[in-house]
Amino acid sequence: MSGAPVIAIEGVTKAFGDREVLKGIDLEIAEHEAVALIGASGSGKSTLLRCIDLLVDIDDGDILLDGEVVTDPSISAVAVRRKLGFVFQAYNLFPHLNVLDNVTLGLSKGTGMSAAEADESARKMLARFGLEGREKESSSNLSGGQQQRVAIARAFAARPRAMLLDEVTSALDPELVGEVLRAVRDLKEEGVTMLIATHEMSFAREVADRVGFLHEGRLAEVGPPEQVLESPRDPNTQKFLRRLLEAGRA
Amino acid sequence: MEANAAKADRRAERAAARRRRDRRGIAIAALSTIVVIGGLAALVLTSAGWPAVRETFFNATVFKESFPDVAKAFWLDIRVFMVVEVAVLALGLIVALVRTSVSPAMFPVRLLAIVYTDIFRGIPTILLVYLVGFGIPALANSGAEGSSSLSWLPTEPVVLGAIALTLSYGAYVSEVYRAGLRSVHPGQRDAALAVGLTERQAMRHVVIPQAVRNVGPPLLNDFISLQKDVALISIIGVTGEAFQVAQIQASSGFNYTPLLCAALLYLAVTIPLARMLDRWDRGRVR
Repeated sequence: MSGAPVIAIEGVTKAFGDREVLKGIDLEIAEHEAVALIGASGSGKSTLLRCIDLLVDIDDGDILLDGEVVTDPSISAVAVRRKLGFVFQAYNLFPHLNVLDNVTLGLSKGTGMSAAEADESARKMLARFGLEGREKESSSNLSGGQQQRVAIARAFAARPRAMLLDEVTSALDPELVGEVLRAVRDLKEEGVTMLIATHEMSFAREVADRVGFLHEGRLAEVGPPEQVLESPRDPNTQKFLRRLLEAGRA
Repeated sequence: MEANAAKADRRAERAAARRRRDRRGIAIAALSTIVVIGGLAALVLTSAGWPAVRETFFNATVFKESFPDVAKAFWLDIRVFMVVEVAVLALGLIVALVRTSVSPAMFPVRLLAIVYTDIFRGIPTILLVYLVGFGIPALANSGAEGSSSLSWLPTEPVVLGAIALTLSYGAYVSEVYRAGLRSVHPGQRDAALAVGLTERQAMRHVVIPQAVRNVGPPLLNDFISLQKDVALISIIGVTGEAFQVAQIQASSGFNYTPLLCAALLYLAVTIPLARMLDRWDRGRVR
């Protein structure tokens, strides 16, 4: 399927009050492609992801999912969100539900699966991310890394067209980052289309097919990881990467 | 080897010192309790007025005579309490949901909900009980005999009392719920929407369960308050209610021990509830 990109972002702008967060973003993500978004905090990475999942209303431009404009107000946001998986920086697991129910809630209420089907596919999904045997536990008993893997299983359980990952490792203790990245790598190997906002440069280099550098609400540079991360053309990308290098984070 | 032995000695000594300190603490607490409580008791029991106080409030004979009647009447309090509590929980949640709704179509209902909480929280419960308890039967009986268009209104004092208590406590409890709804992190709603739930499903399956859990202790606190305010329905002529029965017995003999019976019965419900509340709060902090 080399037709329309899975996600197409066309001239998207968004302001919160006077603060322009996105100032005209254009980006296409092809089937099976993983695009990493890098950039300083506040550069608009999260807002862009939230706009795609229709958690935030855009001001101008269009977002297309499989060639269909989804930012048309007449389109059901619920139907669009069911085709996308979103993983939050702070996991946002449902604390009143156990691990298994965190995954089945969307399956049974959202996609209308029967309880038995939802149960079975949630168990499989949890096992896939190394959480077998933890199904009945409260999510608060889990480590941050395990919680984020539950969140990934929850987002991926309904087999979305694309996964949107919002800084999925930045709330984690350093020793727990690896297991979450492994889960994302696993998705990449399966050819899942992904848009990944991240601070982990080495991870962006390894997993992403393309890297986009977001600077003050604009995509300053998009290209293959080796180009953007090794020999950036944009002066702001150069500055950003130099600062990361100085901090020992690249 | 010697160094190890010395270490073991020191460890034993430290443990012994800790034990001595603990024992001393217990001894001091016990002694001070005996001195303070005993002193107070001695002061009260030896005072000149004590026999009169005991006779009026703690009369064993009167207690034995009145307790069965008051206890039987207390059953009505419990039933009213339970029915009103369920009604209050439902009404409060509905009002809170209306007040936190954002849809423009809900605007008039939202306005009504705000007016309701403002008014009914601001009126003394006793006044409300009086107003409903006497006002509604007056409406039902207005106009010519049997021809009133409002004759369908309830006139049973217990029902009216329960309605008044529900209206009063519903306003309080809706505010408790509203605080609970606000306390749920917005990320929870986002996550619920992201997994494909509708706004309504997100509310029902994710936000409300957490909101209710977050306000458990303040809700229980309002239960305790409601449980004792059930006594207010006696002022509109509800017969067979614990406070009313105790009051009649007390006024017939100028001995107030029956009221003490009623007080003990109220405490028998409210104190366990208060302890439950403490435990709940502790569990949440942990």
